[in-house]
Amino acid sequence: MAQQIRLEVVTPNGAVVNEDVDIVNAPGYGGDFGVLANHAPFLSTIKIGLLTYEQGKKRESLMISGGFSEVSNNKITFLVESAQFGREIDVDRAMKAKERAEKRLNQASAHDDKINQTRAEAALQRALARIKASKIA
Amino acid sequence: MPSLKDVQNKIAGVKKTAQITKAMNMVASARLRGAQDKMEAFRPYTTKFNEAMSNLSGGANTDSLPLMEVRDVKTVELVLVTSDRGLCGSFNANIAKLAAKKIVEYEAEGKTVTLVCVGKKGFGSFKKTGKVRTKYTDIMAGFQMFNAREIAQDISQNFLSGGADKVEVIYGHFQSVARQIPASQDMLPITHVEREGEAEVKISGDYIYEPSTEEIMEVMLPLYLNVIIYHAMLEVGASEHAARMTSMDNATKACKDIVQDLTLVFNKARQAAVTGELMDIVGGAEALKG
Repeated sequence: MAQQIRLEVVTPNGAVVNEDVDIVNAPGYGGDFGVLANHAPFLSTIKIGLLTYEQGKKRESLMISGGFSEVSNNKITFLVESAQFGREIDVDRAMKAKERAEKRLNQASAHDDKINQTRAEAALQRALARIKASKIA
Repeated sequence: MPSLKDVQNKIAGVKKTAQITKAMNMVASARLRGAQDKMEAFRPYTTKFNEAMSNLSGGANTDSLPLMEVRDVKTVELVLVTSDRGLCGSFNANIAKLAAKKIVEYEAEGKTVTLVCVGKKGFGSFKKTGKVRTKYTDIMAGFQMFNAREIAQDISQNFLSGGADKVEVIYGHFQSVARQIPASQDMLPITHVEREGEAEVKISGDYIYEPSTEEIMEVMLPLYLNVIIYHAMLEVGASEHAARMTSMDNATKACKDIVQDLTLVFNKARQAAVTGELMDIVGGAEALKG
């Protein structure tokens, strides 16, 4: 058995994951990164996207939204605003959210509305990440 | 002497009030449990967050960060977090009192004070002063992180554009179910993030940062503001229900006392009526005897 690393995903509404896993893949600031056991201390910001981890033959995927992650003492902690397992995602709702965000994005760029544009973009990214996560699960 | 019917009506009325206050007490205690769970769930997030922040701020060059810029204080903004609903004793009044005290103090130093009111009750106490810059009401019932984010964004934008040089949060600290005290916390400029509990050995030097520490700080500082606001809202949420529980319990007890007093009055009046009737009958019988 290969060595494992402890994965913790913490959101304002409580801990979502607290397990020993083989590998973690996450969307970091400079692109996706993977973390194995005994990784060097590491701190990165996290973008909205897909967090996957493997535990033996089990493979899980979560949608996470912005925050940051910290690796130290063979433990990786994600502090994110929200996290949701792929299997728990309501695909119809995510699809609707995607359409809504796209529509708003068009309207906002037409009016040159910066704040609404960034908001809609974030919403769109979240929706896309959700859809992706639900497909993998 | 009140008539029998009047007293009876009054007793029935007070009993009904007692029923309502008792129900409110039970509702508040159920909600308090929910609010406490929410606080409990948020705790690991704050602990971890502060840990990472204190690790970071050790190594980061903080001069370039606008949210940490210390300026000459001309304008102070107070963020007043209260509940939306009343009937919870002096809970909101105490928070408002602390805020009023702070306003007087700051104004004595020649500073301007503006207010951001989160929760209806705080807004109600200060709307006539004309100091309220923005308000967020009717959100305390089921707020989420994004409510806190919205508020924090507005406050930090105002700070960055020079609308305020210092921001403080005033809220009701939840000490225990029996005790909620108004408290204040500095919010902006962000000075230094302390780790809760004992100071652990810092290992910040060995970290690999991606991107640079300064850029990470730029992402994390706004998140930190969200955490402060969300935390204050959680505390107020729990305190509100705890305060309501206590005051409704007192109200129920007061109702019981009143019912007891009124029952005494009722019995006396009834007795007087009986005596009066007896006197009449006896008087009538005496008269017939002639």
